[in-house]
Amino acid sequence: MTTLQQAIEQVKIAGNKAFVPYIMAGDGGLSTIKPTILKLQKLGVTAIEVGIPFTDPVADGPTIEQAGERALAEGVTLRKVLETLAVFREEITVPLVVMTYFNPVLAYGLVSFAEACLAAGVKGLIVPDVPLEESAILREKLNPHGVDIVQLVSLTSPPERIARIATASQGFVYAVTVNGITGTRASFADDLAGHFARLRESSHIPVLVGFGISTPEQVVSMGELGDGVIVGSAIVTALHEGDFGKVEALVAASKNMREKSTL
Amino acid sequence: MTKTIANSVPTKEGRYGKFGGQFVPETLMTALLELELAYDEAMADKVFSDELAYYLKEYVGRETPLYFAENLTKVLGGAKIYLKREDLNHTGAHKINNAIGQALLAKRMGKKKIVAETGAGQHGVATATACALLNLECVVFMGAEDIKRQQLNVFRMELLGTKVESVETGSKTLKDAVNAALRYWVTNVEDTHYILGSALGPHPFPKIVRDFQRVIGNETRAQILDKEGRLPDAVVACIGGGSNAIGMFHPFVDDDKVALYGVEAAGNGIETGEHAAAIAGGQLGVLHGAYMYLLQDEDGFIQEAHSISAGLDYPGKGPEHCYLHDIGRAKFDSITDSEALEGLQLLCRTEGILPALESSHAIAYTTKLAKTMRVDDIIVVCLSGRGDKDVHTVNAVLGGGVS
Repeated sequence: MTTLQQAIEQVKIAGNKAFVPYIMAGDGGLSTIKPTILKLQKLGVTAIEVGIPFTDPVADGPTIEQAGERALAEGVTLRKVLETLAVFREEITVPLVVMTYFNPVLAYGLVSFAEACLAAGVKGLIVPDVPLEESAILREKLNPHGVDIVQLVSLTSPPERIARIATASQGFVYAVTVNGITGTRASFADDLAGHFARLRESSHIPVLVGFGISTPEQVVSMGELGDGVIVGSAIVTALHEGDFGKVEALVAASKNMREKSTL
Repeated sequence: MTKTIANSVPTKEGRYGKFGGQFVPETLMTALLELELAYDEAMADKVFSDELAYYLKEYVGRETPLYFAENLTKVLGGAKIYLKREDLNHTGAHKINNAIGQALLAKRMGKKKIVAETGAGQHGVATATACALLNLECVVFMGAEDIKRQQLNVFRMELLGTKVESVETGSKTLKDAVNAALRYWVTNVEDTHYILGSALGPHPFPKIVRDFQRVIGNETRAQILDKEGRLPDAVVACIGGGSNAIGMFHPFVDDDKVALYGVEAAGNGIETGEHAAAIAGGQLGVLHGAYMYLLQDEDGFIQEAHSISAGLDYPGKGPEHCYLHDIGRAKFDSITDSEALEGLQLLCRTEGILPALESSHAIAYTTKLAKTMRVDDIIVVCLSGRGDKDVHTVNAVLGGGVS
């Protein structure tokens, strides 16, 4: 079992739900990366998704796109983020999952990128514009360096495809809760429960639920559908506004959930 | 079937050699797979091909003439130059060939809504037109910068009942409009079809666009055989994403005696870094679903393209062109803004034809090429669109007096 999967399984074995915050690396400057990660791990998050800014983030909504534009304006790049992480990797106690679009990885060079991930202690990689069909090359190059390739499953994926994605995905399966891009949502489709039941049945690894989860209530209700949640835009907004209390409330909601499920 | 260059790509994975592919969010994968199935079914169905042929003839006004540009030929004193008059299509450019085809396909698939991107507005107008004709709801994303440059096309789309959405992110031009259209499609995928306007994007789009544009080359081939009793020695087309070029080239790809020339936009000159020539000055990468030549920096961030022609102002080149370049079957060269302007004026004065700024790149290249060829050689140029839309831009550069 990989480090990333193990971290989630441990939460699961304890009867709890995983909480994975997404941060836009370098939103506020490269120097914010270390304190943000250390603060989040102190709150007891399960893993941290480290987003890399990109000029053309097609899978992201306005919140993350704007955070990305701020980071780009600070001169943040994939290379600089990995170098920054490598400097304090001994202090990092939770698995880091890098989320980046594919082109910066290609420009880095797959082999150099894999080595830099190893040096930075990165345990997982999400590339939203590399679907199952194109993903073999990532597993081939990154797995030998201890990096899992996490695949996404969407509401539009038919059952047969869901099963294939769940088999190929590593660490966890990233289940997208809406047809759409990242960002906050008032409500979710009705057929979610059935969709997630099928997904969990076909997956031998944990299923984390993400996209559009922005309130403590949604952390609880969406967390029930899988083995935990990924919260992106709401965390990015809270960190940008310096409202760490909001982050604490979201993480706390996942802990309340733990208490509920152990009752 | 014998395997040839033309029929061996794309592979079933959507690859043209190493180019192309399907680099999109998972939410779109099912839609792409469905589209591929629906497209293959439609193309095998005579009812569909008859319907498409009907609209191309009766509505678009095909076939378009293959016109012998005798005056231009004389002035240049080289090869005989023929112009494939795509500028005479309804809406004034080749874009309608693909827009009608895909709109009919969307209807067949039961989709009620259409989303499209546009740069100069030509593909937006063509899509808005097809949607008005076929009673489909239409939204077009257009960069805020392009909206400023192409006010009249925005209004034209609105007259046709289309909603034009201004894109305020990134460079606020065509690539950002594609981002926005893709996001809209991801969110509304169940009832919406995305009519991509160029030979770009994830498989099967480059193939679909090529096939709907292939009518250009098919007609040209029959027309030149009729007029000259032989195939041309050279075929020239401008290339942004590459839809008119691939439509023109494809029926000639297996005729190795026919030289194919794709003309990229060199903007202010390749050496200035302000251009749109991804094959001449880009590196391999992935954008909008395909692996292709791409303008980017060393960190893999996409760079803005520069061209006086909004329709060529895109940082990538369609995967099939990248493939034809790599195997040496087509030659790609580039023309600067000022050379294109000269080409535009030359065609106006010699033939009384105002070409689009995009097509003026092909004209400008032809003026160089013709002089290097013999008088009994034949060049066919794809005159992809008319220049009415560009009069304002040209006037702004040239001032009141044309030199």
